[in-house]
Amino acid sequence: MPAKNDPSDLIRRVRKGDHAAASRALSLVVDEDAAAEALSKEFFKSAGTVQKLGVCGPPGAGKSTLTGRLISRYRKLGLTVGVLMVDPSSSLSGGAFLGDRLRIMEHATDPGVFIRSLASRGMVGGLTHAIFGAVHVLEALGCGKIVVETVGTGQDEVDIASVADTVVYVTTPAMGDEIQAMKAGAMEVGDVFVVNKADLAGGDKAVADLKGALGLGRSAGQAPRAWEPPVAATSALTGAGVEELGRLLDAHWEHLKASGEGRERLKRQHATELQFWIHRHVLRRALERVDGKSLDELLAHKTDPASLGRRLLKA
Amino acid sequence: MDKKPLRILIAKPGLDGHDRGAKVIVRALRDAGFEVIYTGIRQTPEMIAAAALQEDVDAVGLSLLSGAHMTLFPEIVKRLRKAGLRDVLVFGGGIIPDEDVAPLEKAGVDRVFGPGTPLSEIVSYLNEKLPVAR
Ligand SMILES: Nc1nc2c(ncn2[C@@H]2O[C@H](COP(=O)(O)OP(=O)(O)O)[C@@H](O)[C@H]2O)c(=O)[nH]1
Ligand SMILES: [Mg+2]
Repeated sequence: MPAKNDPSDLIRRVRKGDHAAASRALSLVVDEDAAAEALSKEFFKSAGTVQKLGVCGPPGAGKSTLTGRLISRYRKLGLTVGVLMVDPSSSLSGGAFLGDRLRIMEHATDPGVFIRSLASRGMVGGLTHAIFGAVHVLEALGCGKIVVETVGTGQDEVDIASVADTVVYVTTPAMGDEIQAMKAGAMEVGDVFVVNKADLAGGDKAVADLKGALGLGRSAGQAPRAWEPPVAATSALTGAGVEELGRLLDAHWEHLKASGEGRERLKRQHATELQFWIHRHVLRRALERVDGKSLDELLAHKTDPASLGRRLLKA
Repeated sequence: MDKKPLRILIAKPGLDGHDRGAKVIVRALRDAGFEVIYTGIRQTPEMIAAAALQEDVDAVGLSLLSGAHMTLFPEIVKRLRKAGLRDVLVFGGGIIPDEDVAPLEKAGVDRVFGPGTPLSEIVSYLNEKLPVAR
């Protein structure tokens, strides 16, 4: 039997749809294990073939519950689904409370659904630097749709728009004030907006407010865009509006494929992934080489920051 | 390289609907630096095994008050092993009579914590036992 973390064995099994292998591959990638590079190199080949949904918005908006509803819809359409749910790590302990899975346990034993919780591990904002590698594992696993859930509002270190093809921004009627004050970043990042918890009072008003706010952003002299972000009203509790939302998501994917915008986005995703690789492997390595001895040289003015910096980058 | 956080699944099998105690453990483990996946109440052994597999956890902690531990805990261990999770550490807590501890340990539950166990004891237990060879 091959060793548990043997890359070629894992690659073969992931490609065959083996959840245990995908799970282990995800750990190696997320932990930046020595074997991760061989895996990622192979998995990257299947990047960009299926739609990646980025479900974002404030905590408590119903992102996880809604994701559960979308999973049901995709399963009825005969698609397999891979889900990554990212929660922040505690900056104090480095630990994390990953509780999103709780909302979608009805899919726990469905062999066509793979769900993984991830902690942000030191990144500012709602995502982890390993998110790209994690997505590629799910792509290689053969998932028909991929969902990435994260808090996050469009101003994070890695923003969801550079990971997902279709960004779904989820809010609620109770967050009306938030819509008013919605940051420009969130407005620009969303491809589809959702007022969830439409079963609660104020749903219609929240939809109207949101549409108004989106329209406002455009009338400031901008040309009409090829895709105007629509606003959907859903209740993840009852399932109302989920089918309509699902159709909007499908329509956006068709738009991306037909317009060339999809290729542009994929290029941006890959560019961000490359930036992260350089950041992790070049900058960080160089910074780790800064030691007391080199700082002493600097203090004695035997060298200067630029010369020392070049030396450390080359070392 | 910096140390990677260990991952623990906390689950509540059985039919009792209270999870205050489980959530206290979840928070204590998070504050001790673990990544804790919490799956909530009324989990079947199949659900727990599937979640443990997909989350690639180092340990599974089971919390149960309803008294069904003698059937549920061994069943969960069996499911985990059947799913190929041979090395995942299984520990449990709840209202478990002393005479049940030995048979549970024999069934593969590594450690049983009684009610009122200090949280620090669970944390040191995990730090001592983990990581098992991955
Ligand atoms: N009334 C109502 N409650 C909802 C709805 N969707 C989610 N919730 C509840 O809102 C809370 C937060 O949901 P969750 O999916 O965890 O939100 P997240 O933090 O955005 O992922 C939970 O108690 C859900 O049951 C909805 O459509 N209507
Ligand atoms: Mg959530």
